Amino acid sequence: MGKTIVEKIIQSHTQEEARAGSIVWVDLDVRSARDFGGPNVVLNYKREYGDVPVDDKEKTFFTFDLCVPACSLKYADNQQICREFARKQGIRIFDVDRGIGSHVLIEEGLALPGTTVVGTDSHLNILGAVGCFGQGMGDVDITFAFRTGKMWFEVPATLKVLIDGQVSWPATPKDLILYILKILGTEKASLKAVEFYGEAVNTLPLAGRITLCSMITEMAGIIGFVPETNSFLREEMRILTQEDFSSIEADVDATYVDEVKINIDGLTPQVAAPFSPENVFAVDELTGTRIDSGFIGSCTNGRTEDFAAAVRILKGRRVKEGVMLKVVPSTRQVYQELLQQGLLEDLFASGAIISNPGCGGCAEGHIGLTGEGEIQISTGNRNFAGKQGKGKTYLASPEVVAASCVLGSIANPKDV
Amino acid sequence: MAESTLSGRVWILLDRVGSLIEDIDTDQIYHNAHLHITDTAKMGEYALGNLEGWEDFPQKARPGDVLVAGRNFGAGSSRQQAVDCFLSLGIVAILSPSFGAIYFRNAVNSGFPVLRCPEIKPLVESGLLATGDEVRVHFQSGDAQIINKNVTFHIFPMSEVHYDIFSAGSLYNYGKARIQE
Repeated sequence: MGKTIVEKIIQSHTQEEARAGSIVWVDLDVRSARDFGGPNVVLNYKREYGDVPVDDKEKTFFTFDLCVPACSLKYADNQQICREFARKQGIRIFDVDRGIGSHVLIEEGLALPGTTVVGTDSHLNILGAVGCFGQGMGDVDITFAFRTGKMWFEVPATLKVLIDGQVSWPATPKDLILYILKILGTEKASLKAVEFYGEAVNTLPLAGRITLCSMITEMAGIIGFVPETNSFLREEMRILTQEDFSSIEADVDATYVDEVKINIDGLTPQVAAPFSPENVFAVDELTGTRIDSGFIGSCTNGRTEDFAAAVRILKGRRVKEGVMLKVVPSTRQVYQELLQQGLLEDLFASGAIISNPGCGGCAEGHIGLTGEGEIQISTGNRNFAGKQGKGKTYLASPEVVAASCVLGSIANPKDV
Repeated sequence: MAESTLSGRVWILLDRVGSLIEDIDTDQIYHNAHLHITDTAKMGEYALGNLEGWEDFPQKARPGDVLVAGRNFGAGSSRQQAVDCFLSLGIVAILSPSFGAIYFRNAVNSGFPVLRCPEIKPLVESGLLATGDEVRVHFQSGDAQIINKNVTFHIFPMSEVHYDIFSAGSLYNYGKARIQE
């Protein structure tokens, strides 16, 4: 009997039979912690294991991305706790300069197709975008993984999602995933892996795949994969990781728990209204809603292509007076590309506020917070009540955020 | 070997209009503003601090209480604190039709019973199960009762791995016996 992608990857990392529903011990290729969760990992580790070396320091990393550089004394202390542990143990740190851990792991060639990676980031399943089984976990799991290199895991069943139709401007991969969220909600993919098929996803480059796979978490799913690749993606990955990129495909006789066909003909820009990422509307149903601020960045829309898309709207225009547009590249590498391609200058000229790379827009600790009564439109992935502050957050594509910042209210990019 | 039953007074997480709250995310359970705290004992006072109508839960809860929530409890982030804050208050179990995947394993790893119960919604909507009731659940058989009303219901029994980790007290203890031998 054939295997799905998630069954195949787990099978190659366990001695036990990996079938949907079975609980197996999985060998981990990479174990990481960041500045949220990381200090707890260190404290747990010292309490449980003392000075015993980690299982494999070459496979263990810290990635600081949340409060970077530390903006409070508590985080300065917490990051230093991790640094001192890392120095003692010989563990490599991608420090406060480097950017969002999940993206850094892709850029560093540490998250490769068919590998298993864990860390204290609930969006680490973004690594499904490159065929890697990434999972976010709490500090108990990560402490255990640092010491043993293993985790227990219930092999998830897989949902097959067939996308019928094309994504064309002004719609983007973000609009595709918001629309999928609208259809599947938080129940259909709950606790499942998802395999996406169809030309609209097969043709996506890395940035679009990251956007698509980043919001599986918001569907309560385990991970998403896009098995089919394309020559552009393979070349992009080869340049990035210096290795040939080969995707992991499911067996033809793999068993799926269900199959869903989603028709996206005529897909328009989509916006998730407060306070749930599945509370999705076509942008035209919300146009005119006044905004105070915009945010472009996050692990969902923080690649160079995302900022380039925003610049196409912003170039030669100005962010409306009284509106704050905050821009946060996902990584230092993206930051450099923005510099080299002149995009930072275009963003600056439009009136955007540009910060160093990190997890802005999501958690308290970096920019992108809202005050009571504030209305923000963001390219992030979560708009739960109170998450970014007492204001209300709408989720949309970089193009929609840019257009909205120009007009001062939620806007369709084609109306700018 | 740990006990395989527990009982306690229940708190049902209802919204203002009396409906069971679904999709409660980890920022509502334990807001990211308090993630710098690393001492479990200090986490209890922030439990449900960002869930509308439940901000005073830490003052109302007593050790030994059981929490009942709508489906997909613990959606969102990977923070262990969203489990630890309940351990800190002495909450003994959470019953929900389903849990966020990461939340579920974080709780299992801490030896905290998160019990899946498909009957929660009908029990609450029919008024059979209400805040203040005493429930008793058996992890392995799945048998459950509302003691003061003599009503029986069912939960999904704990899987073997979950029960073994629960019995060992934590993933660390379980792992020391199983993995590192």
